[in-house]
Amino acid sequence: MTKISIVAFDSTRFDVDAENGSTVMENAIRNSVPGIEAECGGACACATCHVYVDDAWSEKVGSPEPMEEDMLDFAFDVRPTSRLSCQIKVRDELDGLVVHVPERQA
Amino acid sequence: MSTPIETDVVIIGAGPVGLFAVFELGLYDLKCHLIDILDRPGGQCAELYPEKPIYDIPAWPEISGQALVDRLMEQIAPFSPEFHFNRMVAGFRKLDNGRFEVETDEGELFHAHAVVIAAGGGSFQPKRPPVPGIDAYEGTSVFYSVRRVEEFRDRDLLIVGGGDSALDWTLNLQPVAKSVTLVHRRPEFRAAPDSVNKMFAMRDEGKVRFEVGQVTGLKGENGQLSAAMVKGPDGEIDIACDRMLPFFGLTMKLGPIADWGLNLHENLVSVDTEKFETSIPGVFAIGDINWYPGKLKLILSGFHEAALMTQAVKRIAHPDQKLVFQYTTSSTSLQKKLGVK
Ligand SMILES: Cc1cc2nc3c(=O)[nH]c(=O)nc-3n(C[C@H](O)[C@H](O)[C@H](O)COP(=O)(O)OP(=O)(O)OC[C@H]3O[C@@H](n4cnc5c(N)ncnc54)[C@H](O)[C@@H]3O)c2cc1C
Ligand code: FES
Repeated sequence: MTKISIVAFDSTRFDVDAENGSTVMENAIRNSVPGIEAECGGACACATCHVYVDDAWSEKVGSPEPMEEDMLDFAFDVRPTSRLSCQIKVRDELDGLVVHVPERQA
Repeated sequence: MSTPIETDVVIIGAGPVGLFAVFELGLYDLKCHLIDILDRPGGQCAELYPEKPIYDIPAWPEISGQALVDRLMEQIAPFSPEFHFNRMVAGFRKLDNGRFEVETDEGELFHAHAVVIAAGGGSFQPKRPPVPGIDAYEGTSVFYSVRRVEEFRDRDLLIVGGGDSALDWTLNLQPVAKSVTLVHRRPEFRAAPDSVNKMFAMRDEGKVRFEVGQVTGLKGENGQLSAAMVKGPDGEIDIACDRMLPFFGLTMKLGPIADWGLNLHENLVSVDTEKFETSIPGVFAIGDINWYPGKLKLILSGFHEAALMTQAVKRIAHPDQKLVFQYTTSSTSLQKKLGVK
């Protein structure tokens, strides 16, 4: 199990034991984190699972693939650390990961 | 008002489930007209994930969204379904003779024995970008599609987005508008490279302005836009404009069907599980749009629903004919209809 934290827009912090190979979005939905909608169920087709990766983790998480970058065009207030949480797979080296939920999804 | 098109069944929505319904109904000699707001068949499969693989279509270990649609089109071709694209189904009423009338937003009328709602997640409509207060400008200064080019003549136009619609309209409206500014989050585009090159060439000639950034707010009064606030890499700037065209993709809304008086269950149409009939006899709902206990929004469930719905529609359309159950493998009459005998 890898520990990750998802911080809702109102600063409520959800500390989650995440299974390696699962996505950050799946963990957010399973724990009913407000502000993650994930309408398309993780197919990188809706941009309603947008998160900001904490600055300290941005490099480790990596940058989006071109398809995800295209979908990010539909998200709201996209920043340099923006990612779609359904495209971030939990793995050992992400133990301690922190992501922040934006004010709203598109 | 146009003369009504007379047919057996009107299918609302040409997604995978609406398409397969043509096949099942066709086996029972029921002729179909399909209406869809998109410009091509396939619903979500074609619009949202044409290139992604689907793994749970029986006997297809893996098939892409678009390939599934192409195969369905091939499968239903023998029944010559008639498609009416780029139209939203708006009105609906029961006629005195027991048939139904369906009306599109273009004013076309269809008369049919039965109406099959295969509207999926609802009709695809342009997504409203999450810019605070944008609704106050919609229809006066902010438009999500170009219905009339004249609306933009001699206007200071702001186009937002990085896909084909944004780029095509930048190129096409440039000769008409007073000025055109294109705003996109990043310097890379999803649009066809050829249009992107053309846009950059126009920018270099000083004909269009391109800014990297995201619209964060709008300025204006009484629905008349005067500027958009755009946050870019070097801070926030105001871009003067009196017309804005945001292209932020499509979302799905139930739309006018919500007002037909059907029993709904959280924006879905309630049906029984024998005939998939709604609370209005003769009106059926299949695929993602319907709800019943245990409903799963899967393509294969929609296909099953289409087969059962057909039995009920056949009884309505041809009450005097006996329903004979037949296999396509062995029935020569079915094979004749399919054009394989
Ligand atoms: C990313 C993604 C992946 C998926 N993966 C799978 C999978 O692996 N397996 C699976 O079984 N399912 C999958 N699905 C679900 C599957 O796509 C849907 O179950 C299926 O598309 C439903 O088909 P449908 O014909 O009922 O509706 P839709 O495909 O939604 O089509 C409905 C059509 O009706 C039109 N329409 C609606 N209202 C109106 C109106 N008033 N006027 C005119 N037209 C109207 C719409 O424009 C649309 O084209 C996936 C969905 C998504 C988004
Ligand atoms: S859940 Fe839809 S893009 Fe991530």
